[in-house]
Amino acid sequence: MIRWEITPGSVPEPVLRSAPRSALKIRSGSRFVNTEFFAAWIEEITAAVRAGRDHLTELDAAIGDADHGTNLDRGFTAVGEALAAAPPRTPGALLVLVGTTLIRKVGGASGPLYGTAFREMGKAFGEAPEISPAELSAGVDAALAGVRRLGSAAEGDKTMVDALAPAAAALSRAVRDGLKPEEALEAAATAAAEGARATVPLQARKGRASYLGPRSVGHEDPGAASTALVFGALRAAASRG
Amino acid sequence: MKKLINSAGSLVSDALRGMAAAHPSLRVDLENAVVFRAEGARPGKVGLVSGGGSGHEPLHAGFVGHGMLDAACPGEVFTSPVPDQLVEATKGVDGGAGVLHIVKNYTGDVLNFEMAAELSGDEGVEVATVLVNDDVAVRDSLYTAGRRGTGATLFVEKIAGALAETGAPLAEVARVAREVNERSRSFGVALTPCTVPAAGKPTFELGETEIELGIGIHGEPGRSRAAMGEAREIARVAVDAIGDDLPPSGETLVMVNGMGGTPLIELYVVFAEVEAYLREKGATVVRSLVGNYVTSLDMQGFMVTTCALTGELTRLWDSPVETPALRWGR
Repeated sequence: MIRWEITPGSVPEPVLRSAPRSALKIRSGSRFVNTEFFAAWIEEITAAVRAGRDHLTELDAAIGDADHGTNLDRGFTAVGEALAAAPPRTPGALLVLVGTTLIRKVGGASGPLYGTAFREMGKAFGEAPEISPAELSAGVDAALAGVRRLGSAAEGDKTMVDALAPAAAALSRAVRDGLKPEEALEAAATAAAEGARATVPLQARKGRASYLGPRSVGHEDPGAASTALVFGALRAAASRG
Repeated sequence: MKKLINSAGSLVSDALRGMAAAHPSLRVDLENAVVFRAEGARPGKVGLVSGGGSGHEPLHAGFVGHGMLDAACPGEVFTSPVPDQLVEATKGVDGGAGVLHIVKNYTGDVLNFEMAAELSGDEGVEVATVLVNDDVAVRDSLYTAGRRGTGATLFVEKIAGALAETGAPLAEVARVAREVNERSRSFGVALTPCTVPAAGKPTFELGETEIELGIGIHGEPGRSRAAMGEAREIARVAVDAIGDDLPPSGETLVMVNGMGGTPLIELYVVFAEVEAYLREKGATVVRSLVGNYVTSLDMQGFMVTTCALTGELTRLWDSPVETPALRWGR
């Protein structure tokens, strides 16, 4: 007898890969970051997404539709082309261009969500040529607010918010405590990675994984995993010179 | 993985070139990835635009033509189209009477269509949106992204398209589209997963004697797993799941839709069971469709979609349609 009922599934916990780290160090003494820093961040994200592409797609295959890594890879490849074609002069303009390109090129939910995150961060920076740690933290807060608004997701829904929100909180705490930029970004990257891992036991309430109901339990959320890569890349950019 | 592709990256554009070459009734904008009717927008007629990830063929591009869509926007495989593409389509089909966006309820599709509607509005095109969410396997609650849009998309496109062809105003076309959605329900079953070419392997694993119940159309696993049984038994599970949500009654339109990899002969076996079981439950199947219409690449399985008809809806369903994948009465 075939019965229509919901049963949980289980699959081993996937391994999160971290972004490659550069040996270069941030210029000592300066707490401000400029356009080159954000360009380096985007390069680090692009490399991390490329390296993690298959892993992200596998995470997505388990509870979504098997395209997250492919889509982000395609999006950041387009971002690289857009930045090379018309290099922006300020951090704000750079991030707005990154966001707009992602919205235009990625599709799916991740295009508008990541696109909005970068655009909101860029808009928060305005025209400033250099960004202080406090402004960087405010920018990440703006990104989080934008993603929350667009996706209507809260922490615990098993989405990218589960990595983004702890990263924003950790960065804000680190800045308040007067940590050095490298330390603040280390804290944000660690919080994002922990947040992503913590999505494994959650049941999805938003996004495509929510269709699986209890069967979404036991898998890391691909959006949270890619958000952890994004913050790992921020740490990597800070350790460049 | 064995696939008839040149490369995973060029799959969608290569297929669009094929559609352009095969169907002179279509105009395919390869640069923007939009499929239009060759004759262009008709002044005073509401334009119908739909779109979504590729991999569901013939949905949506196969339904562009007289009596159905004016344009379709295919995204990458299982990935919603992007706003630029949708704006191009919306502007291209606007005959001055506004444009209806037919959107399957998935977070990505909803977000990209919302952005496109806003941008099109900025450019002076009036846009109304109908969300299709007919899949009973997902409970519509605060704890999900809401029910998925699946088989009823075809019903909405056909019936709203027929009304738009008569010159009805945008508000009327949108009303009928929503009514079709509200009267429709779907439930899908997979016998095998599908393989997304860019991923190169099946989206999930299913044993020889297992089936997935409550699947969507993106190769995602279903809501639960069961042991394989006879077609009769599986068909009844699908009809019961639909009936638990909207008890069958009256004159009904039924589609037994193949997921892409199921032989037609098996779909007819399922249809026979579905029709008999609905009759037993007090509904009369007065219109039907059997075949691969809303697919999930090479997945084996089927979906049952029902629509409780009214006189108006039956008349519009019967109206002439001439598209690559659906044609009658003309």
